[in-house]
Formats: sequence, structure tokens, C-alpha cells
Amino acid sequence: MTADFLVEMKQITKRFPGVLANDRVDLQVKRGEILALLGENGSGKSTLMSILSGLYRPDAGEIYVEGRKVTFKSPREAIDAGIGMVHQHFKQVDTFSVAENIILGSKEAKFLLKAGKVEKEIEELSRGYGLQVDPTAKIWQLSIAERQRVEIVKMLYRGSKLLILDEPTAVLTPQEARELFQVIRQMTARGQSIILITHKLNEVMEVADRVTVLRSGVAVATRERQQVNQRELARLMMGQDIIVPSKKNPGQFGQEVLKLESATADSDSRRPGLKDISLTVRQGEILGIAGIAGNGRRELAEVIAGLRPLSKGKILIGGKDVTNLSPLEIIEEGVSYIPEDRLGSGLVPNLGAVDNLILKEYRRPGLGRGPFINRRKAGEFAARLIQDVGVKVTGLEVPVKKLSGGNLQRLLLARELASSPKVIVAVYPVRGLDIAASEAVHKMLLEQRSKGAAIVLISEDLEELLKLSDHIGVLYKGRLMGILPVEEAEPEKIGLMMLGAQPGEVMAS
Amino acid sequence: MIRLERRSAPSPAGMVLIPLTAIFLALLTGAVFLYINGLGSPKGISWGQVLAVYTGMLDGAFGSGYGLSETIVKAIPLMLCGLGVSIAFRMQLWNIGAEGQFYMGAFAAAWVALSFPDLPACVMLPAMVLTGMLCGGLWGLIPAVPRAYLGVNETITTLMLNYVAILWVNYLVFGPWKDPQGMNFPLSKPFTPAAVLPTLGNSRVHLGLAFALVLAVALWIALRQSRWGYEVTVIGESPRAARYAGMNITKNILLVMFFSGAIAGLAGMAEVSAIAQRMQQGLSPGYGYTAIIVAWLAKLNPFAILLVSFLLGALQVGGYSVQSSGVPAAIVFMIQGALLFFVLGGEFFNRYKIVCTGKTKMEV
Repeated sequence: MTADFLVEMKQITKRFPGVLANDRVDLQVKRGEILALLGENGSGKSTLMSILSGLYRPDAGEIYVEGRKVTFKSPREAIDAGIGMVHQHFKQVDTFSVAENIILGSKEAKFLLKAGKVEKEIEELSRGYGLQVDPTAKIWQLSIAERQRVEIVKMLYRGSKLLILDEPTAVLTPQEARELFQVIRQMTARGQSIILITHKLNEVMEVADRVTVLRSGVAVATRERQQVNQRELARLMMGQDIIVPSKKNPGQFGQEVLKLESATADSDSRRPGLKDISLTVRQGEILGIAGIAGNGRRELAEVIAGLRPLSKGKILIGGKDVTNLSPLEIIEEGVSYIPEDRLGSGLVPNLGAVDNLILKEYRRPGLGRGPFINRRKAGEFAARLIQDVGVKVTGLEVPVKKLSGGNLQRLLLARELASSPKVIVAVYPVRGLDIAASEAVHKMLLEQRSKGAAIVLISEDLEELLKLSDHIGVLYKGRLMGILPVEEAEPEKIGLMMLGAQPGEVMAS
Repeated sequence: MIRLERRSAPSPAGMVLIPLTAIFLALLTGAVFLYINGLGSPKGISWGQVLAVYTGMLDGAFGSGYGLSETIVKAIPLMLCGLGVSIAFRMQLWNIGAEGQFYMGAFAAAWVALSFPDLPACVMLPAMVLTGMLCGGLWGLIPAVPRAYLGVNETITTLMLNYVAILWVNYLVFGPWKDPQGMNFPLSKPFTPAAVLPTLGNSRVHLGLAFALVLAVALWIALRQSRWGYEVTVIGESPRAARYAGMNITKNILLVMFFSGAIAGLAGMAEVSAIAQRMQQGLSPGYGYTAIIVAWLAKLNPFAILLVSFLLGALQVGGYSVQSSGVPAAIVFMIQGALLFFVLGGEFFNRYKIVCTGKTKMEV
């Protein structure tokens, strides 16, 4: 038994119906190191970490903590053994204070929450690690980055020795990400061990001490950071050389297609909504929109798609005023919308591929006569689209919820792009997709650009925005802080604008 | 330790075994109550006698031409109301107001029959069908309006309107519509023969059966093949996706609730015209409520609704037929309730499986 490892997983195997998620995986974590767990989506990273944090139980294999064999029945037992996981979606009570959230579900919270006593402890703990949080603040008042810190402090407070961070930078600005990396490095200096789940190669190179690469459920390699480069990691991760990323031709902009004039709209909650947004997108142009979640990105997409009414201002498509028309009329104006939640609004999970692909087409005379849909024609229509984009489906009537993320997105794009739209609004189009699927999606968007569509690309991934966009606009608290040509849009500058700086101020500083 | 695990797909064996087990458990529950009840005999009864009650029910429902025809008579309103509520359920609109829509349909049909007694059958019956459906549909539309525009929960409003409809009919038969020759019973004057739906031979099986069969086929086609059926399916599955695809949800809520009510109204029209042949108190022994069970057991499939209605009709007729041997009438409703309970409970096992795991202690 090797006690120099804090945690050791041996020959971990986990099967789900039809999938071998983890196949005899070995993984070791040393004390005080940052181990990156690298792999594409669906490679089994989350399953492996869910096993380590007590959420799932392995079908075979053993886990050792400090040389002792353990079996976790629940996340609480894993926490008791010193293993804590920070998930991508924080499980927090918005109306509770930071301190209350931290002790919630812990042993201190018996029946009544006595937050006062622990507030001081939390403050000391967070100061010690350089994690600034105000224990008395309410969760809803905090930014995403602050909420993430709360989650980390929660795990430290419960005595975790190994902290698992699940794609922690996905929700952060570049500045915030760098800050987070500083904090976790400080933590390792104090003996904490960290597992960083990621699919971003640059993060591995920036912060990890060692990296374990998973591919199709198998741990294909573990390397010291100094001994690898990005190219080798990419090859290990995908089992082949990096796909040459789709290149963007210089823009050939045509006429103005989409125009917003002082568009103002409410949001659903306390968030600011949209204030006074004016922008123009021309034929063959991609306007990227950056901004931290909750600053109006979703509202902007919904306003253009006709799903959220404007309280003030105007939207013009091809010079025609389409302000506050119904979603159907907006669709008929040639607007396609690739929404953030594929399975929630883009697709109907329990229906098959055919029913999903005809979602916007079923009214057209091509698919049937009078009040009826010709199921045969609908099937042919769907089969044609599926062939065009190369979606792998087991059957046209199998509920689409059983498809992988990449195939779902291809299906959605196939439908949205089939009608040769004039305007495309795409929100996080590659979220959760692996590199190959992301490339396919980007290629489809660039194809639409060369066909002359006006595209609004809203994303949380700055690299994606810089790669695809012709111009980049930044939203902050519902306002457009400015629109820059992509050549002038340095990540630093965009990052500061995401935090509320005007482009002028940024240049001065 | 026992744990639950989500199934990726319902197991094929479970699809057959679970409903069968549910039926068995429902009958077993009924049997236990019968045994405890003892049929009024001071010494109680044996399990053999309990079994005899069940075979008696079976015989009553299917054992004779009369039994069979009565089973169908009971099944007709269940079929129609079940088809009605199933359209609303498909769109996740919880219309539990079929009972009230049934009464309003019966009321409107009776109003035509009583107000224009001289109409010939070829005018009278279509007029009764149309007004019955219109009135039932409007009764369904009342709760649909606040639901569609303000998001008011339709479960409560449809339920409440049942009482309004039932009491309205009671008011009429106790008051303005009371038959002067009716010896003070809460009955209207009998309809003229022109206002009575034709029946099959000497039985009480009436044209309502044809209505139900035609409607089941029409609904099946409409839901599978029409643009409207497609919209209803998508809205029911995912209102957000429907809105995003430009479907008019408000319009469909109104439309679906109207149709749902109209079909229940047609059930009321058929019952008042063919069976009661006059308006009376207690026209429905809860058909509108049993229809909810029917639609649910049939998983909203129109043809399964016909079949389940037939079986529940048989249960009611069988129940009546053994009442003479001291079996309480309530046993029928008890078995119906237990059936729904076990079927819904069984759904759980379609989605989850129970996994037994060995000892899980921390080992050193």
C-alpha cells in the first residue's frame, strides 16, 4: 500500500445501460498537487469523479484514502473522508446567507441554523486561503465567481483534503479564472490536493502539476506537466491529431439585416434585463456577444427571437419593423434561433427525430395537405436533414433525449439552418460538446456566414468568440458596453468590459 | 442495503406484469374489504364466499346478453368522457370537470327536447347533439380563459364548476322543470319519442356507442396525422419548445378545453336522451370522475379508452348484480380507486428498479 498518495483509485469500472463509462481506470492524487483530469465530453471524467465523491458506486474497483480502503455510500461519507466536489451547478439556497449555506447539511446544522457562531470561522478560513467571501451576504447578491468561492469554502469548512473542481472556469471571465488559479495554487501550498476536471488544454498547461487523460472511459495516460505539450495532450485526448480548426475568411459584409434601436426589455427576475441596446448586423457578419451570465445575454437572444417583448425601442429585419411580433411571425421573417437549452426549448425530449425536425416545417404545404401531415413526407424530410448533417440516430422515432449532446446539437442546427435563415441567433452553440462536434458546429455557422446570413453569436467562451466573430459586443448589467472589431478585441480588454469598464477607459489604462 | 436505480428504458416484461399485478392487487383489496364486511352476516363469511362474489360479478356483467348490453350502456358515457378528458390531459391540462361538462351537455340537450317538443327526430336529435356539445364545450371554456391568459390553475376551477353545473340541474328539476305529473320527484317531463336516441334492438345500447367509436378513430387520426394533433403533442411535451417554434399556446388551450368539454357534453346528451329520456337529479353516478381513471389507465390512447371503459362498465354492472346478496354498492368504487392507485404506483417500477447491495462498511 502506497501511502504517498492521498487518494488512489484502482481498476474502477462503471457500467451504465449500454455504456461502459469507466473501464478499469487507475488514478492517483498526491498530497498538495493539482491533478488535471483531461478528457472530452463523454470520456467518463464526471462519472469517475462522481464515484470518488460518493454519488455513484463503482461496479468494480477499489478506492484508497491515505492508504485505507473505503467505500462511500453517499457524498456525505466522501466528505467525511476528506473528499469534496464543487459541481458546475451550485446547489445553494438563494435567500440564505453565505454562512447558512455553508453549514446547511453539515453536522453543525441540527435543527436550527445558528450561523452567527460559524461566521467568524468562515471568515478566518476564507482569509487564510485568499478566498474573499462575506459570510453574511445573501447568495442572490453574489456574482457567479463569488458563489463558486462559497462552494469551495464550504468544502474546506467541512475539512476536505481533496477538492474536485468540475470545469470551474466555464462560468468565469478570464480575470476571474486567473484569480481562481492563484487561489488553488495557494491552497496546494497549504497541503490541499486538487483535481481539476477540464477539457481545456491551456488550463492544464497553466495550472496543473500532473495530468491524467481519459478517453472513452479509459485512462490512456498520466504525465507530468513539464513532460507534455498541448499537441501531445490533444492527441492523447482524441486519439488522433488535432483537427485543423475551421478558418475564417475575411468578412464580405452586405446589406444591414438585423438592427436593434434602443431596445429595452425586462427580465424575469431581479436581473437587469436589457437597457437601450443598439446594434446592427450585416449580411455575412458574425457579431459575437460576450458577457457574464445574468448580464442580459439570454434576454438579448430572446428579444431577437421574438420570445421576449420590448418595452421600448425597435427591432428591424431587412428594414422592416418587427418589434413585438409573435414568435411565429419572427420565424417567418427568416430568424433562426439556437437556444441555450437544447433539450428544454430547442427540442422536445420525448419525441423522435422526425417530430423534432418538422417542428418549424410542419405548417408548410410540402409536408401534407390541408389539416394533415403526411407522415411519409415528414419522414423523408427528416431523413434528408439527418443525412445532410451526419447525425447518428438509432431510429427516426426513438426519443431524442437518448442522443448524445453532439448529435442533439447537430439535429437542432440541421433544423434551424434548413430554411436558409436571414438571421441566426446562436447561444452557447458548442456548450458541452467535444472538440470534433464543436468544430462541426463552427463549420456550419461559418458556412451560413458565407451564404450571407447575419449571425449573432452569444457565448461564454471568449476563444470561440474571437475565432468566429467579425465584431464583438460586451454586455454588462443589460447594457452594451461597446462593440469592437475583432482585431481590436484583446481578451484582457473584453474581460474588463465584462466587468463594467467602457472601451475608452480600457484603452486609457 | 436497498437502493433505487433509474431504468434507462421500461422493461418489456414490466409493461405486461405491472398492470396485471395492479389489477390483482385491486381485486385483493376489494376481497379483504368484503371479508371484513361479512356481507351483513353475523358470523362473517369465508374466503370462498368472497370468491363467489367475484364470480357473481363476472357473471352479472358478461354472463347474459342483458348483462353484456348493460355493461356497454355503462361504458358509453365512460368512453365519451374518457376521450374528452384525454385530449386535455395530452396537453397537460388537468380537466377534472368532465362531470360538470356532462351535466351541462345534458341540460342543453334537455332544454331543446323540452322547449321544442314538436320537432321531428331528424331535426331534434342533431339539434340536441349540437347544443349539448356547444354547452359542454362552453363549460370547459370558462376555466380555460383564466388558465390561458392568467395562468390560473384549471384543476381547481374545473372541479368547482362541477358543483355549479350539478346544482344548476338540481335547481331546474326541483323547480321550473319539475314534471307536474311526477309525484314531486325531481324529474322533468319525459321527452317525446323524437328526442330519444335510437337503440340497438330491444337493448338499451344506443347510438352513443357509435359516437364513441367514431370519435375514438377521429381522435386517433387527428392526434397522429394532423397539424393540430402535432401541436397538441408538442405543447403537452414541452410548452417552451412549442412557444419557441411559434405555436399559439393560448389558442390551443382554449380549443382543447372546448373540445374536451364538448365531448363530455355529448356524453351527457346521449345519456339524458337515450337512458333517462328526461332530465333528472343524479343523472350521472360520477361518470366524469371515473373517466379520469379511464383516461389514465388507458395512457390516453383512444382505443385503450374504449377497452378500459368497457371493463370499468362491467365492474359497475357486476357490482349492481351482486347487491342483492348483500354486497355494498361502494365496493365497485373502492375497487376502481384501488385500481388507479396500484396502476399509478406501478408506474414507479417502470421507471426505477430496486437494487440490493451488499454490506457497505468502511473497511480498514
